[in-house]
Amino acid sequence: MNAENAVRQDNDSSLQDTGTKEYLSVIIAGQLFGIPVLQVQDVLGEQSVTTIPLAPPEVAGSLNLRGRIVTAIDVRQRLGLDAQDAEGLKAMSVVVEENNELYSLIIDKVGDVLPLDNKNYESSPATLDPLWREVSMGVYRLENELLIVLDVPKLLNAVHL
Amino acid sequence: MDGMDDLIVDFLTETNEMLGDLDADLVTLEKNPNDQNLLSQIFRLVHTIKGTCGFLGLPRLETVAHKGEDVLGLFRDGTLEVTPEYVTLIFQCLDRIKFIVTELEANSKEPEGDDTELLEKLTAVYTSAGKSDADNMIPDDLNAFMSAGDLQDTEQTPEPDGAETATNGLEEDVIAFPDPEMSSTPELTEAEAATPENTAPQAAANSIANQSLRVNVDVLENLMTLVSELVLTRNQLLQILRMQNESDFTTPLQRLNHVVSDLQEGVMKTRMQPIGNAWAKLPRIIRDINLDLGKKIELEMLGQDTELDRQVLELIKDPLMHMVRNSADHGIGTPAERVTAGKPEIGKIRLHSYHEGGHIIITISDDGRGLSTERIKEKILSQKMATAAELEEMSLQQIQQFIFKAGFSTAAQVTSVSGRGVGMDVVRTNIEKIGGSIELKSTEGKGTTFTIKIPLTLAIVSALIVESARERFAIPQLAVRELVMTGASGKDNRIETIKGTPVFRLRDRLLPLVSLEDILKLSSDKPEAENAEEKQNREEDEAQFSNKYIVVTQVGVYMFGIIVDRVFDTEEIVIKPVAKILKDIQMFSGNTILGDGSVIMILDPAGIANSSGEIDSADTMESAAEESHMTSATEQTSLLLFEAGDGAPKAVPLELISRLEEIQITDIEHANGQMVIQYRDQLMSLLPFNETIKMDDLKHKPVLVFSDDNNAMGLIVDRIIDITEEHIDVQIAGHEETLGSAIIDGKATDVVNVFHFLQKHSAEWFKDHDDEPFANTEANGASHKKRRILLVEDSPFFRNMLTPLLTVAGYEVTTTSSAVDALKMCDTGVQFDVIVSDIEMPEMSGFEFAEKIKTDTNWQNTPLVALSSHATQQDKDRGLAAGFNQYIAKFDRDTLLNTLSQTLAE
Repeated sequence: MNAENAVRQDNDSSLQDTGTKEYLSVIIAGQLFGIPVLQVQDVLGEQSVTTIPLAPPEVAGSLNLRGRIVTAIDVRQRLGLDAQDAEGLKAMSVVVEENNELYSLIIDKVGDVLPLDNKNYESSPATLDPLWREVSMGVYRLENELLIVLDVPKLLNAVHL
Repeated sequence: MDGMDDLIVDFLTETNEMLGDLDADLVTLEKNPNDQNLLSQIFRLVHTIKGTCGFLGLPRLETVAHKGEDVLGLFRDGTLEVTPEYVTLIFQCLDRIKFIVTELEANSKEPEGDDTELLEKLTAVYTSAGKSDADNMIPDDLNAFMSAGDLQDTEQTPEPDGAETATNGLEEDVIAFPDPEMSSTPELTEAEAATPENTAPQAAANSIANQSLRVNVDVLENLMTLVSELVLTRNQLLQILRMQNESDFTTPLQRLNHVVSDLQEGVMKTRMQPIGNAWAKLPRIIRDINLDLGKKIELEMLGQDTELDRQVLELIKDPLMHMVRNSADHGIGTPAERVTAGKPEIGKIRLHSYHEGGHIIITISDDGRGLSTERIKEKILSQKMATAAELEEMSLQQIQQFIFKAGFSTAAQVTSVSGRGVGMDVVRTNIEKIGGSIELKSTEGKGTTFTIKIPLTLAIVSALIVESARERFAIPQLAVRELVMTGASGKDNRIETIKGTPVFRLRDRLLPLVSLEDILKLSSDKPEAENAEEKQNREEDEAQFSNKYIVVTQVGVYMFGIIVDRVFDTEEIVIKPVAKILKDIQMFSGNTILGDGSVIMILDPAGIANSSGEIDSADTMESAAEESHMTSATEQTSLLLFEAGDGAPKAVPLELISRLEEIQITDIEHANGQMVIQYRDQLMSLLPFNETIKMDDLKHKPVLVFSDDNNAMGLIVDRIIDITEEHIDVQIAGHEETLGSAIIDGKATDVVNVFHFLQKHSAEWFKDHDDEPFANTEANGASHKKRRILLVEDSPFFRNMLTPLLTVAGYEVTTTSSAVDALKMCDTGVQFDVIVSDIEMPEMSGFEFAEKIKTDTNWQNTPLVALSSHATQQDKDRGLAAGFNQYIAKFDRDTLLNTLSQTLAE
């Protein structure tokens, strides 16, 4: 596996046994998740969000990102988790683009960008909570913990339904 | 179009434009076959198309255009007469060109296909006539093909050159080639050379052409977006400036402010297009309908220069086309039908557009058949949109409104033109989507008129910023009529509630209200609101609405109020579409970023009106408006709504009821074949509203008590529903116990004829009055000329009720809605035999009225009868003192008639 190949695979969404891909790691309720780095537009700190009445529960509201209106998605709600209880924790969000619309995914904390080796990747266990299975592409076995790869279009698509 | 040559892109744009012009020109040509200028112009357009495609290597398009050009050339030279058949052929040719162009646009190459049939037809026309053009020596050929009239034309143009000088010398090169098949190559260069020259006469005809410039729409759109952003940033800066007391930025920012405003206006102007662009296809459509369906329709277009935003234009194009098609197809009948109906053979469809206060008004009217109420009714029934009983109670306008509902088409037959049932509801939705409204007026046999009102532009709108439950929202200023600040509960100017539903007295009418907090479910975290709801306590309900603001909003003709907590400034906002997730929420039309940088949702007044239950208000409001013309004000009557047995809810004017009681079934006794109850040491006769009322299922039953000064009778009903204030438009029906039906609270409701009950079951009620009241009046009416009565009554309900009653009894009735009006009438010198007046009236009471006319007017000797629901002895005394000759209770019909005949006999 040469370096050139590896670089090319970064751009390739299909996963193979060899090579590495880069993920932005985020933490939601103590669980490590990964979002493909190429899909990430921005990482934001706490934002003032305008709530949208009558919106689906996972829609936290909308915010202004440099003149563009971004729809904020409460990922905890989307994953069927309790709302953030610890008031002290500053919610952060990751901005992604889907169908020319910007979405900010509100998560607990943003970690590092991790280059992950494809050989440690496998699809989500069949026994995983169906809701989680639906929005995850697969799992990376890291040294100390497991990282779940979020399928961003599905995460947002389900919201559309 | 990515990979496409720039040249082709330009060609397509230009060709599309030309084709649009051609359609319109040809229809005109058909009417004025001798218009040489027009002929030259058409020929030139087709010629240019042909020339350019040869150059670009589009063989199929070239061939079709070429053949078309040949035939057009004959028209121009006068060799061939312009007949509808030939024009149709040219249209077919243009349609083929359009088809190829469309395909070319989509796929960057000419589509596969065979044009042989069309080409043969064109060639046949050309060769049979065209030979003569090339070779004048064979007139026999011409005779075979053409009529004598054509021949004359041909003779006048013996040589091609002669024709050219007659028309336009510039085009020599274009016309003169004898065999078109051979000349395609040289012609190309000629065409290119000819083009700039050819624009010269055009420019002369239209001098603006020289000063205009073709700009790609995307460029303009982009410019508009940038200006929108600039406006937002400007707003932001001004907001910051406002918070600073003194700043060096003040002056430059003010200037920036003005420049941005001017820039915004300027860019808006670039987007403006004459509405005629949206109409360009219509003449062709009408022409085709005329030919296909054998009709004679003339399309008249007025105000084609009225400009509006191209975005709006795009959105109304299809609805307009649909409506004109409808008018031509369903509206206007065949010439034979029209003649039978006594109308001119040629039907007329008239389009008219003009500006009116920030809006564009477009009317589409035809002098056709009008909407057939019977057919609409049948359709409503067959589609189960309403029941026959409901239809009975509907006004004509309400029935007509059904054409705006989904899945509705009255065309008996689906024609190729229209009648596919995806009609007017889509039109209405599209128009409402852009903040417009559509109204309908139709008279069966006379014609139909649609009036569309649309905003000038959609891009930047002025919006009112309001707050509810600490959230801010924007309401487009366009929909806002006025703002009202309300007082605390218990005070004047407060929001009142009827069974928890807030309403507000806005001047002389009751304004339905929706609370923004409730409708957007903002109050879920407020437990006290829930409590208030549970208790159904009116005072608490009202307290909840104290010190609020009402944004009086108008959607179409429906007015309602939105209750908000606070009202801020107005701001210029740019409507941005909401994210896909939120598309389903009909309350919002978009979102935007405010001057302070926060995101705000834009409320959609139409969505709010719909979700608060008011959809088909146009009809009721309109009829109410019409009514108000006649009665000088939109008056409301307090009505008690109740249920009794089966069928629709019933209503009775609250004024007629003296009390409501609840009786125990076990307390009911029977005497003299009647149900009676002991009530305050007297016997009160009881009467079930009708047979369907069950007397055993419940222990308690509500009773409506009607009473005179010493008589009382109770009407047993099932359940009291509500008290409501409503303008009622009663249609007198033949039923005994109902006076008619009206729409109350959105439901068809029977208005109860109280007389019926009083008369039928309380014989003794009238015992102390004289025998046969009717006989008296009729004798009166027969022996003398009709007696004239003036009825002064503020309630439209009573006017509606009493007028037919008195008319039937043989009187000539004049009504007026106030004592003041009556006095004016008095001044004019009109005389009446008797005046019947209400006592409780706004402005001037009946007592005052009586005092006035009894002192020195030309009515001072006219007998005066008071008619009031307050008929205590005290009231009577006061009335007699004021000058009334008689004082009678309002609901006592026979006494009224009796008294009138007695009074007149005196």
